[in-house]
Amino acid sequence: MELKTVVFYVFAAIMLFAALRVITARNPVHAVLYLVLAFFNAGGLWLTLQAEFLAIALIMVYVGAVMVLFLFVVMMLDIDIARLRQGFWSNMPLAATLGVLMAGEMALVLSTDYFGATSFPDQAMPADYSNTKELGRLLFTDYVYPFELASIILLVAIIAAVVLTLRHRKDVKHLDPAAQIAVKHTDRIRVIRMPAEKEAE
Amino acid sequence: MIALNHYLVLSGLLFAIGVVGIFLNRKNLIVLLMAIELMLLAVNMNFVAFSHYLNDLAGQLFVFFILTVAAAESGIGLAILVVLFRNLSTIDVDKLDSLKG
Repeated sequence: MELKTVVFYVFAAIMLFAALRVITARNPVHAVLYLVLAFFNAGGLWLTLQAEFLAIALIMVYVGAVMVLFLFVVMMLDIDIARLRQGFWSNMPLAATLGVLMAGEMALVLSTDYFGATSFPDQAMPADYSNTKELGRLLFTDYVYPFELASIILLVAIIAAVVLTLRHRKDVKHLDPAAQIAVKHTDRIRVIRMPAEKEAE
Repeated sequence: MIALNHYLVLSGLLFAIGVVGIFLNRKNLIVLLMAIELMLLAVNMNFVAFSHYLNDLAGQLFVFFILTVAAAESGIGLAILVVLFRNLSTIDVDKLDSLKG
């Protein structure tokens, strides 16, 4: 077996194991960490597919940002694990049957050569080919409109997340910065005119 | 020799694991979100594999956009989760019945 085959099977096996542990782990923190492992192995598989930019982006954006956000939320919430695990084993027979059926059918169809999926040649790129450069060129020419839309989606997501979690607490004293800035000297100091108590000599 | 169908079968298995995860963890909203992430990863794996074997970069650009939307989705999902926990003190999906739907 050549090296690429070995790498594929090792990464795929670890990724499937990690994915299984994500859905069966008792502790949500462990589930998040296994999902990180699954993303790392997916990144490795994408590297073997010569999608270098996306592999690094997956690890940077997903592991670095989204998974840390998950971990942050999981650790912040005080969850009663035992109650949330209710129904896990009673759902198991149906879920396992469906899962095996889905995976089996898909494997059965895809592993045959009916769609010609086995006959595509493995594309080998020249040594000076830059995946990032080509992606960037496409993204800022043909796909510039979807790119702008994606930025709007992210903006909407930022605003939605901030507005959803924003709350005004009534039981805490706080300062209003706008009122502080808008204050005038006449609000603070009152100049009063009064006669001197003792006449100057 | 790894052909296209190896990757397709792999992502099919990953997708099935995601679906089973949704069945198994009916109550835990966090694990539901993570199962959705697994399914999106399977879809992305398909796109990248097709992009490589068909020598067409459009597939990788789609993955780029899917990653963007998935990040937005999990950000808003977790925000909703935090608000839910603040109001109900649980993340049990069965308790999400105040609309009596």
